[in-house]
Amino acid sequence: MDLNTIEAVVPTADPADWRPGDAWLAGGTVLFSYGSTTLRRLLDLTRAGWPAIQADGGGIELAATCTIAELYALPERPGLPAGWTALELVRQCCDSFVASFKIWNASTVGGNICTALPAGPMTSLCAALDGVATVLEPGGGRRQVPVAGLVVGEARTSLAPGELLRSIHLPAAALASRVAFRRLSLSNLGRSGVLLIGRLPDDGGLVLTVTAATRRPVQLRFAAAAGCAGPDGTDAARLRQALDAAIPAELYHDDIHGHPQWRRDMTYRLAEEIRAELLGNPAGRTTERA
Amino acid sequence: MAMEINGTPHGNEPRPGACLRTFLREEGLLGVKKGCDGGDCGACTVHVDGVPVHSCLYPAVRAEGKSVTTVEGLAGGGTLHPMQEQFLAAQGFQCGFCTAGMLMTAVTFDDAQKDNLPRNLKGNLCRCTGYRAIDDAVRGVSTDGPGRCGRVGANAGAPAGPAVVTGTARYTLDVDPADYPGLLHLKLLRSPHAHARITSIDASAALALPGVRAVFTHGDSPRQLFSTAQHELFTDDPDDTLVLDSVVRHVGQRVAAVVADSVQQAEAGVRALVVDYELLPAVLDPAEALRPGAPAVHGDKDGAAARIADPARNLVAELHSELGDVAAGLAAADVVHQETYTTQRVQHTALETHASIAHVDDGGRLHVRSSTQTPFLTRRALCRVFGLAEEDVHVVAGRVGGGFGGKQEMLTEDIVALAALALRRPVQLEYTRTEQLTASTTRHPFVIRISAGARRDGTLTALAVDVLVNTGAYGNHAPGVMYHGCGESLAVYQCANKKVDARSVYTNTVPAGAFRGYGLSQMFFAVESAMDELAAALGMDPMEFRRRNMIRDGDPMLSTSPEPEEDVHFGSYGLDQCVELVDDALRRGAERYAEAGPDGLGPDWAVGTGTALSMIDTVPPRGHFAHTVLELLEDGTFRASVGTAEFGNGTTTVHAQLAATALNSRAGLVRVRQSDTALTDHDTGAFGSTGTVVAGKATLLAAQDLAGEILKVAADAAGADVGECRLVPGAVDCAGTLLPLTEVCARAAAAGRTLRTEGRWGGTPRSVAFNVHGFRVAVNTGTGELRILQSVQAADAGVVVNPRQCRGQIEGGIAQALGAALYEEVLVGDDGAVTTDILRQYHIPTFADVPRSEVYFASTHDSLGPLGAKSMSESPFNPVAPALANAIRNATGVRFTRLPLARDTIYLGLKAAGVAAVPVP
Repeated sequence: MDLNTIEAVVPTADPADWRPGDAWLAGGTVLFSYGSTTLRRLLDLTRAGWPAIQADGGGIELAATCTIAELYALPERPGLPAGWTALELVRQCCDSFVASFKIWNASTVGGNICTALPAGPMTSLCAALDGVATVLEPGGGRRQVPVAGLVVGEARTSLAPGELLRSIHLPAAALASRVAFRRLSLSNLGRSGVLLIGRLPDDGGLVLTVTAATRRPVQLRFAAAAGCAGPDGTDAARLRQALDAAIPAELYHDDIHGHPQWRRDMTYRLAEEIRAELLGNPAGRTTERA
Repeated sequence: MAMEINGTPHGNEPRPGACLRTFLREEGLLGVKKGCDGGDCGACTVHVDGVPVHSCLYPAVRAEGKSVTTVEGLAGGGTLHPMQEQFLAAQGFQCGFCTAGMLMTAVTFDDAQKDNLPRNLKGNLCRCTGYRAIDDAVRGVSTDGPGRCGRVGANAGAPAGPAVVTGTARYTLDVDPADYPGLLHLKLLRSPHAHARITSIDASAALALPGVRAVFTHGDSPRQLFSTAQHELFTDDPDDTLVLDSVVRHVGQRVAAVVADSVQQAEAGVRALVVDYELLPAVLDPAEALRPGAPAVHGDKDGAAARIADPARNLVAELHSELGDVAAGLAAADVVHQETYTTQRVQHTALETHASIAHVDDGGRLHVRSSTQTPFLTRRALCRVFGLAEEDVHVVAGRVGGGFGGKQEMLTEDIVALAALALRRPVQLEYTRTEQLTASTTRHPFVIRISAGARRDGTLTALAVDVLVNTGAYGNHAPGVMYHGCGESLAVYQCANKKVDARSVYTNTVPAGAFRGYGLSQMFFAVESAMDELAAALGMDPMEFRRRNMIRDGDPMLSTSPEPEEDVHFGSYGLDQCVELVDDALRRGAERYAEAGPDGLGPDWAVGTGTALSMIDTVPPRGHFAHTVLELLEDGTFRASVGTAEFGNGTTTVHAQLAATALNSRAGLVRVRQSDTALTDHDTGAFGSTGTVVAGKATLLAAQDLAGEILKVAADAAGADVGECRLVPGAVDCAGTLLPLTEVCARAAAAGRTLRTEGRWGGTPRSVAFNVHGFRVAVNTGTGELRILQSVQAADAGVVVNPRQCRGQIEGGIAQALGAALYEEVLVGDDGAVTTDILRQYHIPTFADVPRSEVYFASTHDSLGPLGAKSMSESPFNPVAPALANAIRNATGVRFTRLPLARDTIYLGLKAAGVAAVPVP
């Protein structure tokens, strides 16, 4: 929709240019979707010319302005290390957008993370892969913060006014993990109500990232030695205890896209499916009528 | 140059905050539609440098130096893109408001994308079709049938089709600015409070802003109370509404109107208004509203004058009746079902929002162009409110982008008329999607306590309902929806003992209004769930239970009165056929399912079937009038002027087909003009599924008369006996000599005659139509996921004038009903404000959500409808939700009594019943 209070669109990616009433404009698919009656200027990041995706042996650097369409094409990029099995998450997370592929031509990785919706699939992806955000500060400094800690609540980030998300680094160690992905929505291909990603790094410890079900990302890390599962997959109880401890009832998100009690139960269900897939009981799980 | 659009340089600079959609429309590309304005519906899809984007999200300044393609530029001049041809061949549209976006998306697809349309079309919402026709269109399936002459029974294409697929069909706001010099824009300040008295409005700051021309408040409002609801008899609805009121009764009610040179200036004016309120106690819950001491929403009204049953008790209307003895019937029953069923608020979500433009001509005549289902009634309402004579008011509807009952209201016309009459300049108001969702109208929420009993042999012995209807802050359609809801839903069953206690009450919430089904979808959810429960308790097949109790041809149709409605008859009866068609289809489906082998669903899935039936009177009660003027033109074609609006219901096609049949011509030779108070005398409107059976009947009568007139002129000219003459396409065959219709027209003119006839129909007597739905579903008892394995609907529409269109109405009704059954819900927060205010919060079915349904027609010929036809547009909605709930009950053993049945609700319901699957620890 029209942003009728906007007086200027300024091409800049310099936080020093930011003043109250400004908003950083990346793809625009959130700003122009929700509208505003208070903003005065849009600071257009897309003229900065940041390379969308850079990969080297240390991992992948995603510019905040990397579009979802560009990210979706990433797994087919020639020359990526063969062992980065976690790249399979890229398309699974892109396909978790309720928005269509047409929106992907404009919307960006950074924009999705900064919008900080519980169901933001770029938050899911980057948090699950231990992504670290580089944030540019108005004073000219820069700081780094894990994506899992950047989103602190529904539509709330730890960014201060004027701060700018520059990029997200996905470390090679995380990219080389085995992963498992689970998602549920109240409608077919609809907004995520529960989205869990499990990751098994080389050292064998399980990392479980819960998004969409909770108001902010929640990560559970199980050390290899004392991990939640052995090869026989009998440690479902430990997983449940860990979820009990990590996610109090009030942290489950409550909106029209899923009742918190459903989100809670599905979190436990999908977490157990992921544990079984990654750590044992390879035939899957069995169920009974309770 | 700013940008190139469809190959032409455009030099204008967009405003900094403008989205590309707005800029393109300002540049005259009116095929680019504003549906949701938030990136959800895809109606605004265009290509920027060949890449499809939603232009409502695309900063216009970013298109600078780029090449933009809109639907207008899809094909070269005069030709059609193959995808446009395909959308015509499959008639992949109804109202057509989504079509440009569908086309601009689909033309970018490769074969792989076409193989996954649920994913690739989920960003294009259609509210009319149910997506089957769009699926066919994108994949190149043609449903153009035989019988291209387009008479009754043929799949004649919609006359507007070529305009729809080229983006040249003109909807309400698709106007040439030159036709409205000095056009002003109106924006509304809406109440933040559920109930308050406005103590002051300071407009000085607003009026000082650039471009702001006027501010209108309750001091400027006519004092005539009215209802936004439009009915043939305005006395059907309470007079409880003012154009602008000093009391606001729901969050979102109009407080003031700001008129300015531009939308953005009007918005700034709205923000600059300073309003003081005296807060009043509010009541949000209908049961609370009936309690003694509850705040009276319209306590200031004179009940008798305003036609409100009891303003002090918030009671708009009530209905109490008993046939036979329900207590005795329940006592005689072997099984009794007593349960409370609850239906939610749902919103029509027509893709075109409410909008209108008013202007006053030099002669002082008020002209209103509006997105309305009822141009003639709206004219009358405007006359009543503003004290104008009918000849001084002209209302016209362009092509309307979907209605579903939502446009059987006057929601924008009165305020633009007020402004235009005061300012003597054209004034436009366009609702935003959020205004549509939070401050227009919804379906009436019902709470239905039902008691039903049956004997062991399957005889229904008692059927009693206690119904509480929440009409919200205003009583538009409150009595009608309550009465109609309690009509056919009870009359469809033979039962000696029936009882109704129904109340429609005010609350301080967004008003409910007319919605597809008009009360029946809510009541059938309860009644058909109860019938299923009785059958289950008896261990009887639910369809067998229905066969024993449903109404049969000739039975008295009784609901709340001991005598049947005087003017409702079995013009035809096809309920029995519908029941068998669905039963057979489900049986075949089960066999196919079994033959297909293991379904791979896994142990958590439970499979079941469910069915439900519904009945509807083919015309609303107490008169529904239509008037058609039919002419033979000099060029030998026909011109029909009809009153009803076209909003995807397909009645334009039906008018042409009925006329073509009576005139033994081709539908393509009958041009239809419509929905303009200047063209015909009166038309009650396109609601209550009357487009075919009332308006179509008027056209048929006019056509039959015109055929006779033409034959007389031809016989005179040829010196033949009328009995030797017969009409053929384009000519009259006079005993073997063909006299072209151009010649007939010329002969008539020479003789000082015009070949012009009129047809009128008053909507009575009425018949009944039937719909039966069946589902086979699988429910994941671990997650609540529901999969529809088979969906079947059988309809008794009498003689089907246009099978493709009628199938489209049914498919669209099923899809809209699935949304209401599965997830759509307008939620009201503790402060009375609607929280589901954008389409991401109010999810309507996407391509991915809607299964293909099997659609069957009963073979009947109605003695009352035109050439045997019956109505079929509202009613396919009505049996869907109960059939789905019954299927879930059959699969899981759990009865769900509250809509919608979202996956979380299903899971939590199964868990509460102890039948949810949980992982083994």
